[in-house]
Amino acid sequence: MLDSDPDVIIFGEDVGYFGGVFRTTDGLQEKHGSHRVFDSPLSEGGIAATAFGMGLNGLRPVVEIQFADYIFPAYDQIVNEMAKVRHRSGGEFWSPVTLRTPAGGGIRGGHHHSQSPESQFTHTPGLKVVYCSTPYNAKGLLISAIECNDPVVFFEPKRCYRGPFYGDPHNVPTWSEHPEAEVPEGHYRIPLGEARVAQQGSDCTVISWGAMVHVCEQAIRDSGVSCDLIDLQTLVPWDREAIVSSVEKTGRCVIVHEAPKTSGFGAEMAASILERCFYHLEAPIERVTGWDTPFPHTTEWDYMPGPSRIAAAIVKTQEE
Amino acid sequence: MTPRDDGGKIHVPDAPFRPGEEASFENWPWKPGDFPKPDPKNCHFQDTVELANGLVRVLDDDGNASGEWNPGLTSEQLLTGLEHMVRLRIFDDRMMKMQRTGLLSFYMRSLGEEAVAIAQTMALEEQDWIFPTYRQPGAQFVRGRDMVSMICHCIGNVEDNIKGRQMPVHYSYREGRFISVSSPVGTQFSQAVGVSLASSYKGLDEVTITWIGDGASAEGDYHYALNFASVFNAPVILNLVNNQWAISTHSNFATGMGSFASRGIPFGLASIRVDGNDFLALYSVTKWARERAASGSGATHIEVLTYRTGAHSSSDDPSRYRPKDEHTKWPGGDPVDRLKEHLIKLGEWSEDQHKELEERIDGEVIEAYKEAVKFGDLANGPYPSADTIFTEVYEEMPWHLKEQHDEMMGD
Repeated sequence: MLDSDPDVIIFGEDVGYFGGVFRTTDGLQEKHGSHRVFDSPLSEGGIAATAFGMGLNGLRPVVEIQFADYIFPAYDQIVNEMAKVRHRSGGEFWSPVTLRTPAGGGIRGGHHHSQSPESQFTHTPGLKVVYCSTPYNAKGLLISAIECNDPVVFFEPKRCYRGPFYGDPHNVPTWSEHPEAEVPEGHYRIPLGEARVAQQGSDCTVISWGAMVHVCEQAIRDSGVSCDLIDLQTLVPWDREAIVSSVEKTGRCVIVHEAPKTSGFGAEMAASILERCFYHLEAPIERVTGWDTPFPHTTEWDYMPGPSRIAAAIVKTQEE
Repeated sequence: MTPRDDGGKIHVPDAPFRPGEEASFENWPWKPGDFPKPDPKNCHFQDTVELANGLVRVLDDDGNASGEWNPGLTSEQLLTGLEHMVRLRIFDDRMMKMQRTGLLSFYMRSLGEEAVAIAQTMALEEQDWIFPTYRQPGAQFVRGRDMVSMICHCIGNVEDNIKGRQMPVHYSYREGRFISVSSPVGTQFSQAVGVSLASSYKGLDEVTITWIGDGASAEGDYHYALNFASVFNAPVILNLVNNQWAISTHSNFATGMGSFASRGIPFGLASIRVDGNDFLALYSVTKWARERAASGSGATHIEVLTYRTGAHSSSDDPSRYRPKDEHTKWPGGDPVDRLKEHLIKLGEWSEDQHKELEERIDGEVIEAYKEAVKFGDLANGPYPSADTIFTEVYEEMPWHLKEQHDEMMGD
């Protein structure tokens, strides 16, 4: 994007010279110059506000909030400003900012390096919310987000920077063997609002996003149940048609996310599925989520949904 | 535990005067000519310490202009400024009356602060970006906005360019590079730095001007703005309008320092305090800051020292928290009177001409008002169509909004 669009610039904490604490912008400053890829003060509110202003004046800033846990000083700027300016100005002003932020647990980061606060943004009209899960969709979705003229909060599951995560912290493979790890050169888009069917089955629909998609894969294998696995990819606007057609086929549904259960995005999906698929459902919708507690440090594997909890939920949907 | 000698208490400041007390401000020790004008392009921010602790004035109490900061405006420019200020004051009066009769929901006057946005916008170039608060609508007169369109916004009718989506006085005027006003106070300050950095990035001769109130300068956004402006050498003019009052909260609660301008110094920004009721001083300081920004020497932090003569808004009653006549004791006087006196001193204006001007503008405002209400008002409608709730939330309406739109419209 830096090559093709001179209006794209990148800044944030540690993203310039060093290339980001997760190495996601490694080499970009050297290649594109420090006027296009640069470090910012440690000031999430200032980063969001500055990006917003740049977007108002014709740029397409891509900024990083180093951990999603630290996005809250920028919350007012994102929720009241970026998300609202097109509407509140009668379409006179808009600001196409992409806010990338590593989210989710599994790196022994404790409460303040592990949260998954997507539902605090899905409740905000005017924002698009994306959660990637693989190298392939990370690139395709990010290009769509940058090219989108609406502000996008783009969550990257930090557990997956090194490899897909199947829920076993003692056995973490790298991406090298994974079919979704092949990232084509050049420009390609994955449209915002389209889910990915990660695998097809007949007896249950498992819906997830981020790192949990891979944990769900493992859980489906463990359960022995034939499942559709849907990787939502975009949470706002979400791909209801993909979900509805799958649930109508399978009659059963398990929703999995890392974030706490209460008011999690799974609740919105469950309600919508009930509205649309009530007469197709053969069993209650199951939700497997993080607990309604702060995210723990040493006991994070007891907090995060693991293959056994998810597999149990899948099996439960079959007991009719 | 050993108790403290003072028995334990929090020091809570107070306003200098409360209702029933006699307000009495010391006359300012600073006179026109007290401060030299440094070279805007080359001076170091430390060279502005005196300006930050002092007060730049051009007009004295008798309406005479003097000193290095005298911008030397033509009488035509001065009269244009006076006319805009008179227009804003009369416009505000008319809108306030409409608010009292229910034709609009809420209003905020600029009374006593008319010089701020008008003089400062006149000192800019037309390509410069304006990032206002709700107390700078006057900038739109300078940029040529039609009064009918402004009234249509305030009364939220079918011709409101922002489609009834925000409260009155939350103008947006892209044609005049006047960026949409937002209610959360202070947010625009740090955003303006971003706007100005986009101009830097594109290599354009554009400067961004923004304002914040004394009250909102306690928000994080104020400090983000000063820091980012300093770190990235942004071509931005950062004005802190110290009008003494944030609703009922006196500026003593926004800083423990007593002065605001000098807060810019430790950020490494040129910093100046200016008499905000002195049209000439405001013009001159802004021109200086524009020249500094455009030359690549960075941002200027300006404390605009003024007094909020009117209530915070139509919902506020200042007699509950400050002496009713406090504004009459303000050492800066009234900005319209002072420019008028100056023009009279120059032999370019008279009381009779002023009266005629007021009558002419009053007529214009009434005409504009009559024209605007033809398109509806808040009490009686018609309003923007209900489906405008759903448009421009996103560039294209996503399915869930379409569905809710159809539900509301009964499709």
